[in-house]
Amino acid sequence: MFDIVNIEKPGTLEAALEMLSRNPELKIIAGGTDVLIKMRNGALEEAELLSLRNIPGMDEIRILDNGTISIGAMATFAKIARSSIINENLPVLSEAAVSVGGPQIRNMATIGGNICNGAVSADSAATLLAYNAELKLLSRSGSRTVPVSEFYAGPGKVNLLPAEILTDILIPEAGYGRTSGCYIKYSGRKAMDIAMLGVSAVYKAEGGKFSDVRIALGVAAPVPIRCSEAEAYAIGKEISDETMKETGRYAVKSSRARDSWRASKAYREHLIEVLVFRALKEAVIRGGGVDIG
Amino acid sequence: MDKYEKISMVVNGKAYSLEVDIRESLLEVLRNRLHLTGVKQGCSVGECGACTVLIDGLPVNSCIYLAVWADGRKITTIEGVSKEGELSKVQQAFVDEGAVQCGFCTPGLVLTATALTESGRKYSDEEIKREISGHLCRCTGYSKIFNAVKRALDADC
Repeated sequence: MFDIVNIEKPGTLEAALEMLSRNPELKIIAGGTDVLIKMRNGALEEAELLSLRNIPGMDEIRILDNGTISIGAMATFAKIARSSIINENLPVLSEAAVSVGGPQIRNMATIGGNICNGAVSADSAATLLAYNAELKLLSRSGSRTVPVSEFYAGPGKVNLLPAEILTDILIPEAGYGRTSGCYIKYSGRKAMDIAMLGVSAVYKAEGGKFSDVRIALGVAAPVPIRCSEAEAYAIGKEISDETMKETGRYAVKSSRARDSWRASKAYREHLIEVLVFRALKEAVIRGGGVDIG
Repeated sequence: MDKYEKISMVVNGKAYSLEVDIRESLLEVLRNRLHLTGVKQGCSVGECGACTVLIDGLPVNSCIYLAVWADGRKITTIEGVSKEGELSKVQQAFVDEGAVQCGFCTPGLVLTATALTESGRKYSDEEIKREISGHLCRCTGYSKIFNAVKRALDADC
């Protein structure tokens, strides 16, 4: 038995927002793979839940007229990994989705929940950062769109107001068009594990040089981060092993890794240097070497 | 204060309408109310896969799935896999390959393998390994399980 006092299961987003504004104690539950486990561990007691599962259409994945890809917050990782829209346009997100937990977890866990619980190890976070994704947050008083880079406030904390619901993750075409990329999840096991480090690299090239480089890390700081020093270094440089290796070294400067039982700070910093290089190199190989911009 | 809700679901082809406690997992309802004890309780936190059932054809950990969410859903447990006393091809493959030792992980693995065979897709060896990675077996070392799943999928072609 879970320590649940009450569960609301609205059938529309309007009803959900109404319930949320009436009772700020309501805890939003999506796939449940984090919230219910927190309850098992006693970290969440006497919960009043607001389940979004009965709201139709919240898991839709589509391309809008302006080229923006919209992923419903309730889309499961299994659905994202299978989606042809995602595989054709955001292959790095598909790669990240398939690295989450195991098959049963991916059939339940949602991308919205993965972002909103604020975990630094969220497999989708680094890739959404690398694609310059935006989050659409809806409340009764209206909606706002925030870049995912401004959403994380601290470990387990996100800038979601009490009366707000994340409805869609938006990736504008400028964020994914003509890019190549790669996600590397580094963990002790190939499945059912939490990342020791997650690296997402996305780039564009022009005339044999990097014209755009975006590197994002999970579990390298209190929140998922972009490596601005490394990106600034790489942009405009010739695409070569040396450039990419040096980019890895710069990425360590952007990080604030710490010691934890999963890995030491020194080990994580080594991983950052090596895996940023590997992710970028793999991205370049997938991009056909040069000139994909 | 106990709170109950009425749900309707189809389990192994049979329609049920029952009052469930909002605090209950689907695992608890299947085992304690419907006495489908082939659904095993292992870790209770979605890591071991022993509680796996198919919900609308997809493998899900029933220990972290609220019973109230099952309203309107179609559930398959291991009790619903064999037909008229005949083992399914997945079950037969597990027998043929000797993929069962203590048996605790077997119901979940058979259900995941059943979902794979019913998907109509082909799977590479790496994909099979990935698809069964949400199940822990502490007896066999997985080789025989992998062989059984592969055999069941090959039998499909």
